[in-house]
Amino acid sequence: MRAAVLVFPGSNCDRDMAVALRAAGAEVEMVWHKDADLPGGVDIVAVPGGFSFGDYLRCGAIAAQSPICKALVAHVKRGGYALGVCNGFQVLAETGLLPGALMRNAGLKFVCKSIGLEVVTSNSAFTEGYNAGDVVTYPVAHHDGNYVADEATLDQLRDQDRVAFRYSQNPNGSTANIAGILSENRRVLGMMPHPERAVDAAHGGTDGQALFRTLVGQLENA
Amino acid sequence: MKARVHVMLKNGVLDPQGEAVKHALGTLGFEGVDGVRQGKVIELDLADGTSEATVTEMCEKLLANTVIESYSVELV
Repeated sequence: MRAAVLVFPGSNCDRDMAVALRAAGAEVEMVWHKDADLPGGVDIVAVPGGFSFGDYLRCGAIAAQSPICKALVAHVKRGGYALGVCNGFQVLAETGLLPGALMRNAGLKFVCKSIGLEVVTSNSAFTEGYNAGDVVTYPVAHHDGNYVADEATLDQLRDQDRVAFRYSQNPNGSTANIAGILSENRRVLGMMPHPERAVDAAHGGTDGQALFRTLVGQLENA
Repeated sequence: MKARVHVMLKNGVLDPQGEAVKHALGTLGFEGVDGVRQGKVIELDLADGTSEATVTEMCEKLLANTVIESYSVELV
């Protein structure tokens, strides 16, 4: 299974993402934002956390217009998988691959802590290793994680079982406690919490391992 | 020529920064501030003859996120 991790100026979770994917058995290639093409045979593109382009204009807005993101959009439109974490989720929302937007935290503070999340659906290559209703602990570290979408989008996310994770206790004002959502074909996951920061005992928890193991396993069999 | 683009959060979208500014004005003793909304002004230096439609396209594609923001274009 081959994964590409995108790297923008200001990305700072790219290597953590690569470590988590490799530990789960993936072959990982780092890809610079100015590249116009993804490496051949890539099964999943991971968009990492950080502060791409200094969060100028809006978080993720400049990165979403980069050459590599045009290739990312084409990859997803072909039915490819993508995972966006934190700034990566903001980038996916800015590209329009996922609906809604991430706004400044309602409490205005940068939130940095480990937090409980409810796995809302196990029906995806990302969450199949959990049971719906499981509570996992992942770190969050963001200033703009307040998920906003119009009523019709929220209804659609709920009716199509596309909310992947909800906060047990809302840290940022996010609508309906939404922490992560899936695309309509369930192959794109965007989430604010960091599963890649919970894959080693030295991280203080390993609840994120199941996400990467299941994902790599699923895509190897695909 | 220049264009000035105003980007504001849409009505009904909570503006936490505006709320914080409102609170700070109250702390300074300014009474009667019922609401504060914070937005952005983006000034563009453009080649003469650039159409308003082109600037609108810039807003739609990059300058505003129309999920949460509205914009207006002023050619000056």
